[in-house]
Amino acid sequence: MPKDGIGASTKRREDIRFLTGKGRYTDDINLNGQLYVHFLRADVAHATLNAVDTASAQDMQGVVRIFTAKDFEAVGGLPCGWQVTDKHGNPMQEPKHPIMAEGKIRHVGEIIAAVVADSLEEARDAAEAIVVDYDELPAVIDMKAACADGAPKVHDDLTSNLCYDWGFVEENKAAVDEAFEKAAHVTTLELVNNRLVANPMEPRVAVGDYAPHDDSSTLYTTSQNPHVIRLLMGAFVLGIPEHKLRVVAPDVGGGFGTKIFHYAEEAFCTFAAKQIKRPVKWTSSRSEAFMSDAHGRDHVSKIQIALDADNNFTALRTDTYANMGAYLSTFAPSVPTWLHGVLMAGNYRTPLIYVNVKAVFTNTVPVDAYRGAGRPEATYQLERCIDKCARELGVDPAELRRQNFITPDQFPYATPVAVEYDTGNYHATLDKALELADVTGFDARAAESKKNGKLRGLGIANYIEACGIAPSNLVGQLGARAGLYESATVRVNATGGIVVMTGSHSHGQGHETTFPQVIADMIGIDASQVEIVHGDTANTPMGMGTYGSRSLAVGGSAMVRAAEKVINKAKKIAAHLMEASEGDIELKDGQFTVSGTDKSVAWGDVTLAAYVPHNYPLDQIEPGLEETAFYDPANFTYPSGTYICEVEVDEGTGKVEVLNFTAADDFGNVVNPMIVEGQVHGGVGQGIGQAMLENCAYDADGQLLSASYMDYAMPRASDLPMITVDHSCQTPCTHNPLGVKGCGEAGAIGSPPALVNAVLDALNRNGHAVDHIDMPLSPSRVWTAMNQ
Amino acid sequence: MKVTMTVNGKSMSGDAEGRTLLSTFLREELGLTGTHIGCDTSQCGACTVHVNGKQVKSCTMFAAEADGAEVATIEGQANADGSLNVIQQAFQDHHGLQCGFCTPGMVMAAASLLEQNPKPTEADIRHHLEGNICRCTGYHNIVKAILAASGQEVPAVAAE
Repeated sequence: MPKDGIGASTKRREDIRFLTGKGRYTDDINLNGQLYVHFLRADVAHATLNAVDTASAQDMQGVVRIFTAKDFEAVGGLPCGWQVTDKHGNPMQEPKHPIMAEGKIRHVGEIIAAVVADSLEEARDAAEAIVVDYDELPAVIDMKAACADGAPKVHDDLTSNLCYDWGFVEENKAAVDEAFEKAAHVTTLELVNNRLVANPMEPRVAVGDYAPHDDSSTLYTTSQNPHVIRLLMGAFVLGIPEHKLRVVAPDVGGGFGTKIFHYAEEAFCTFAAKQIKRPVKWTSSRSEAFMSDAHGRDHVSKIQIALDADNNFTALRTDTYANMGAYLSTFAPSVPTWLHGVLMAGNYRTPLIYVNVKAVFTNTVPVDAYRGAGRPEATYQLERCIDKCARELGVDPAELRRQNFITPDQFPYATPVAVEYDTGNYHATLDKALELADVTGFDARAAESKKNGKLRGLGIANYIEACGIAPSNLVGQLGARAGLYESATVRVNATGGIVVMTGSHSHGQGHETTFPQVIADMIGIDASQVEIVHGDTANTPMGMGTYGSRSLAVGGSAMVRAAEKVINKAKKIAAHLMEASEGDIELKDGQFTVSGTDKSVAWGDVTLAAYVPHNYPLDQIEPGLEETAFYDPANFTYPSGTYICEVEVDEGTGKVEVLNFTAADDFGNVVNPMIVEGQVHGGVGQGIGQAMLENCAYDADGQLLSASYMDYAMPRASDLPMITVDHSCQTPCTHNPLGVKGCGEAGAIGSPPALVNAVLDALNRNGHAVDHIDMPLSPSRVWTAMNQ
Repeated sequence: MKVTMTVNGKSMSGDAEGRTLLSTFLREELGLTGTHIGCDTSQCGACTVHVNGKQVKSCTMFAAEADGAEVATIEGQANADGSLNVIQQAFQDHHGLQCGFCTPGMVMAAASLLEQNPKPTEADIRHHLEGNICRCTGYHNIVKAILAASGQEVPAVAAE
């Protein structure tokens, strides 16, 4: 095996440029003749927009042109990529999502006008001179109030604020209700999954450019999926065919989901550059990011678990209100349904499940996928409710879980919510986590804490997620308006070096390092011989990009398939060079040998022959060595694991301190352990952030109260502990060639319930009978719960 | 107005308005795009540089205030032969960065910490980084990298 092959913690090659200030992020791009745009954004949540007077602003210094909604009358709205069908079989209500507010303002931050000027300062100054005539309307912020009769409507042309009322599986509902009637015990829990803002450290940026000589447009943008943006913006918004539109996402400073979606600012810069015939650049400020990046989570749920007299789960039902915000962001409808409802079985054998989701329009920023997307919301409900159930029954929460686990011999396991888990071993990760967290030593540690006046608690959560999204024909049936394959071209050069052009996109995940490890392993050459190209529609095959922990499972599989094609052709060439039968050729350590002989040719000899085909079977195969593959997975992948959190609560102040955090994950095979562990650290950091600190808050009028880092509490170094991670429990995925499952989201999925369970454990074992506290567990919320 | 400063040992000049922030000046006028801007309230620390040897968020001062100053940015941190310096190398060795956007600020903050406190504890490091936000790493590997750069034992963590 080459030293940097599969399984090696190879150091990241991309780090060199990032550590020396040579990264090339979108905001580092400045084009000749570039103009700057500043967007005038709504500062009220709901209003009739009567007129936008730009006359005096237009004459200000440096102003090139001011755009309003009128300029976009011939342009399409931002498309939604997923149509959910409601429980009656009807399509969801789908309002138009205009580039700029048309006749009505529907959330704080919505674009009203755009000033394009020679400098950003001039554009900002001129925006202040625009006069907006509007009449404020009552806003709807609370989801249940939005669903009440007579509530103000976000969209006047829809019948109500209900986007859809989804039931899953509707045919099971009667059987589920019957099981609840027969139950020996029922646990009920109502909870809120708090609204979050993804907050990648790089704010969004878009630079539009237009080339009159060939009528082509280029967009540089902070995207996780440039091909998706090209397709959505070109085909649905601006009417530019793909061959006249190039989308480039260079170094991207974190995504976490919120850079998946197609945004108005991208379409604006592309459109305006063509109109003005000069490049147009927009750089989001952080305050703009808070009111224009799609938000995450924001579910209000009621979950119930039914058990028989032996503590076996017999049925589960949940009712969720899911906030869509004012418009449907690109994949918003899929998050509370197909990424949430189908995961409600968790790691357990519960035979009957019914999930109801009401998706609701409100006068808030659109909500869409954020790290985990639907799966954290499902896991949080389930793992919090099981914990409450264990407390009610007086049983060990770990053992109640273990008793109800799907057992290793039951895989593949078809859940009652339509998915089939291919592999898993939940007992193994539970045992590993209990061992690493030294749970047997907890009582002694708790006694020590008590001496110091602190309440110590321990919380457990299991998770299952569906990653590597997924078979195109399946998601098509579920309402996706896109395929979900991935692509790769493996180009071998004459002297043996390799360039892989992938449709996956790296914005921190380290593909430039890990993808070459796989190729190096397959061919037996050094990983330094392999280069990865990504992020530019002009030089990569059509691919769906990076989200849902899919890059290695789907994009890596496409690369393996393309490399297999390359190797098969190279073997034919080698057979010709050695005058042997193709079936006898073996490739190992970069050498082709004839099986059972000492005849061999090197990788480089074969690649040279492919491009200098003097001695070559031209009658049988073409010259050259370059292959493309598209990989469409047969199923999701199902990473799983057990997380254990240990906290101390200050009884006097309610302040929570996370002391230990243990993550035992099953990601299947692991290509680069160092990078996998880093993904878990980061995910856990975000999950602890959600559970303890972060909250995107609106007031009743729809004003965003948390629109800067002064008001939105990001986790800082002093808020987080060192994190113990383990990925030694491996049940490889059975249906992709690498046996990998995906590791990007796990940390953010499993950690919030582990932390909340730990705090409630600390309270309850110290005489505070508290059933639940909604996240974030701020000192005031915890103190109030103890002292109410 | 014309503003001149010594940046990474070289004298550099550019135009600035009175309201131009040092962070903007470095990026837009001097083309030093390694210094990043991640917020507009001086909270995130991605724009951290050194001014006259002190750690400064470059969005908290005007370019004109740095006229005549010695400024150090991420572009000047590598060794003379272009290889990574001890801190940069420790960040790579310990996977202390993912997307790379907060990294220049983290490296500059770490350099300042180690100058004041050559053998910081884990708690010292976490305290010093309070003004630098990272969204990718959970800080775990950043803390390890800085401990390693200081020549101290990095805590053994399971499976690592």
